[in-house]
Amino acid sequence: MIRREGIINTLIFLSLPAVAGAALLLDEPFTITLATRAAILALAAVGLNLALGLGGLVSLGHAAFFGIGGYAMGILASHAQSYVPLIDTWIVIEGTKSMPVIWLVAVIASAFAALAIGALSLRTSGVYFIMITLAFGQMFYYFAISWPAYGGEDGLSIYVRNDFPGLNTLVPIQFFGLVFTILALVLWAMGRLAASPFGLALNAARQNAERVETVGLTPFRLRLVAFVISGAITGLAGALFADLNRFVSPSMFSWQMSGEFIVFIVLGGIGRLFGPVAGACLFVVLEHMLSGVSEFWLIYVGAILLLVVLFARGGLIGTLAGRAVAHD
Amino acid sequence: MTTLLLIEQVLNGLQSGIMLFLMAAGLTLIFGVMGLINLAHGSLYMVGAFAAAAVAGATGSFVLALMASLIAAAAAGAVIEMVVIRRLYDRDHLDQVLATFALILIFSEGTRWVFGSFPLYLDVPAALAGPVTLPGGILYPAYRLLIIVVGLAIAAGLFLLIARTRIGIQIRAGESDREMIGALGVDISRLYTIVFALGAALAGLAGALVGAIQSVQVGMGEPVLILAFVVIVIGGIGSIKGALVGALLVGLTDTLGGVLLPLAFGVFMDASTATAVGSALASMSIYILMAIVLLYRPTGLFGTV
Amino acid sequence: MTLKTMMAAACVAALGTAALADGHGGKVKVGMITTLSGGGAGLGIDVRDGFLLAAKGNDSLEFVIEDDQRKPDIAVQLADKMIQSEKVDVMTGIIWSNLAMAVVPAATAQGAFYLSPNAGPSALAGRGCHQNYFNVSWQNDAFYEAGGAWASENGIEKVFLIAPNYPAGKDGMTGFKRTFKGEVVNEVYTKLGQTDYAAEIAQIRASDADTVYFFLPGGMGISFMKQYSGSGVDKTVMGPAFSFDQGILGAIGEAALGVKNTAHWSKDLDVPGNAEFVSAFQAEYGRLPSLYAAQGYDTALLLISAMGKADVKDADAFRSALKEADFQSVRGDFAFADNHHPIQNVYMREVVKEGDVVTNKLVGVALSDHSDVYGADCEM
Repeated sequence: MIRREGIINTLIFLSLPAVAGAALLLDEPFTITLATRAAILALAAVGLNLALGLGGLVSLGHAAFFGIGGYAMGILASHAQSYVPLIDTWIVIEGTKSMPVIWLVAVIASAFAALAIGALSLRTSGVYFIMITLAFGQMFYYFAISWPAYGGEDGLSIYVRNDFPGLNTLVPIQFFGLVFTILALVLWAMGRLAASPFGLALNAARQNAERVETVGLTPFRLRLVAFVISGAITGLAGALFADLNRFVSPSMFSWQMSGEFIVFIVLGGIGRLFGPVAGACLFVVLEHMLSGVSEFWLIYVGAILLLVVLFARGGLIGTLAGRAVAHD
Repeated sequence: MTTLLLIEQVLNGLQSGIMLFLMAAGLTLIFGVMGLINLAHGSLYMVGAFAAAAVAGATGSFVLALMASLIAAAAAGAVIEMVVIRRLYDRDHLDQVLATFALILIFSEGTRWVFGSFPLYLDVPAALAGPVTLPGGILYPAYRLLIIVVGLAIAAGLFLLIARTRIGIQIRAGESDREMIGALGVDISRLYTIVFALGAALAGLAGALVGAIQSVQVGMGEPVLILAFVVIVIGGIGSIKGALVGALLVGLTDTLGGVLLPLAFGVFMDASTATAVGSALASMSIYILMAIVLLYRPTGLFGTV
Repeated sequence: MTLKTMMAAACVAALGTAALADGHGGKVKVGMITTLSGGGAGLGIDVRDGFLLAAKGNDSLEFVIEDDQRKPDIAVQLADKMIQSEKVDVMTGIIWSNLAMAVVPAATAQGAFYLSPNAGPSALAGRGCHQNYFNVSWQNDAFYEAGGAWASENGIEKVFLIAPNYPAGKDGMTGFKRTFKGEVVNEVYTKLGQTDYAAEIAQIRASDADTVYFFLPGGMGISFMKQYSGSGVDKTVMGPAFSFDQGILGAIGEAALGVKNTAHWSKDLDVPGNAEFVSAFQAEYGRLPSLYAAQGYDTALLLISAMGKADVKDADAFRSALKEADFQSVRGDFAFADNHHPIQNVYMREVVKEGDVVTNKLVGVALSDHSDVYGADCEM
């Protein structure tokens, strides 16, 4: 059975470059863009999955990190675009159009935000945790809307996609390759992390916190570290998402965005490394196909989601692999 | 700012708090008895408002409209409880969040399908349309006073219901020990449906009452839902008393924050900066309040869990 | 797959744009991205319906219509798709300024024409103007500047301003203050999406302003007007037409009676073609047309007029043809300024009751042949 799931994971994962490659041959650049979108949303959900799947922390505020990553890109690139230094006092810091620098800033900024939010939120648990993360997300959302310096609700447009050494990122397939590589690296790292002593302890803390405490580990610390890594990955995805659209706006902070990340994880299959990837791909395909069927296509999305939650608890991968519950 | 204006603003905060209580009471009751987190509660609020607008449009009677909102929301609540919600009681919160998130999508787009994309018309009855003069010479809209009175009456009724009646005893028993009441021969699934329908009816009534002075449109429930969650988290999930205190705190913070913060910043800033900073901070004020409460009391003011 | 591709065939003789379907322009593929689901869908549906009404029966137009759900990221992706995969010639349809800011620069940079049927952010009228971007509606400030000018000329001395705390709200108030000569007693910026205005109304009551000028689009405006009329405050209320459009008036009802609002169009505007448009729209869709429907309709007329003069593949010629704006707008005289934004009259309207229907009536001209102030920064 495990082998069967492994095959399914590989197939789902390889379907992304396969679709992108086929689209390249057929000269359908928009399909490549869709595949890139799916990969980026998958990356954001992979980040959340560390907190949610492994750590059992249902965060309804991960859009905060997604948005911070997006604004890291937007703010740096807009300063580079207008040749106005970001900070111009005793030290001069210029904006930048370099993707690696932007990614670094996005990861660090969202990690710090996750540290602050996590340190406060993890004092609570259960429903309180869901609600306080939601509240922090809303705080960022309203702040972004009413903060005039970077466009407020209008958002920020970046006219040209940022640069990566050796690539022309405006060519859809090259940008896709870049995003896909990052997704693959992060998935690999997540797989290693889950199997590491840290990952095992985190998983144990989710199942039985007292037992973890008796062996001398602090569940709070384990969870906080997981929450910070999780936020940083989602932040990185936010920077890529902003670059895909060449645009960033407060809608990246909205609570529906946080809800969608959770939807990806559950659609794909909770507690599975490749679950978010499968879920994000499925969601993008559904969104793309159903919106042509009816003006009221969200009804169908709701119905499908409801059916998955009620009757197909293993999600897409679980259903295909024939196992309801993942590794535990 | 004059004292009279301040009193009027406090009344406004009180009124918005009372309305929030009607929403939050249902949410917290449902959580307390069934352990269920219901994101679709805002949809029931919307159902109530749309039902009231439709009936008011057809009959012209505001009283009938209010009754329709109660009936429609309670019916919608009972139906989703029997079809969907009862499968979620023994699931974890994640499944509950997702399934009720899905219900929001279905309700919102379904309502848009039936009623169209434009807001509906629902107005306060002519007898309550104007302002009344309160002691001290404050002019205050009669309808808002009515909301305060109705809300307080319902709060009192709810406390009585839970403290004195047979169903209230069952509810309290259900909150403390779910297996026990089953063993005592109470029909649990019927009790759950009743509690859920009761919560839904309160939300629907709030939707209709507020719909008369706000816009009746698809998506009206979600902002209120998020506020109601803030309320019950501050008050302590499962506690009706907490919901009342939390609702008043949130209502007052939201209203007075929007008025006072720009003024406060105006003391040491120029007017336009003060307006900008004050308004930005005011829009975040209730979330800051919630974060502070949870820091000192991680289970809310009256929470026990 | 996702496309709602529509093909239409016939001619628009009654509207003075006949004989164009067989002009020398070839087929034109129009990509329309507009809001058709979720909040604000009413506006997008009206723009689409107005546009399709004018294009009805024109078999040289081919449509790709997509729903942006009012989400900027979706709009950007749809624009990429339309340009890269569908290879559309002309794009249109976006309702919201923030979505326009996300889509228009990318679309025009890739060589497509963009005709704006509703949004006119200042950035796109000034330094960010583009030769392929034509605004057929208004620059965002126009209605507010008209409101300020009308107030100054009609003896209004002290105003109380209220708008949501976001860029369009602040721009609107700036526009009003640009032309208003009296005193601004107070400016209040509320939370975006706020539904209860009791606190603000109390501030209005306590102030010594004689007029309230507000911009609260959509549901916010409905809530404000209903609560204002119940509060017993009797100061004059003014605003831009966005809060008093036909789709919204039905929800406010008599609470809106007497409110003055500025717009470039009104259904009782006596210009050639307007009455025909109103009755044709009612016959086709069974409801009164809104401002947005009129803008969608005019956008299609502009496009059809240019197709009669030039081939869309010849970008320079087509651009000149668009610039001439040789069509009979339902707003009356219409021309493009050098930054491709409208020169047009803005009128003052008043909300009245006609029979059982609450609707708008023309009061007079607030600003004639008005254009925006940003054109000076536009270099194209």
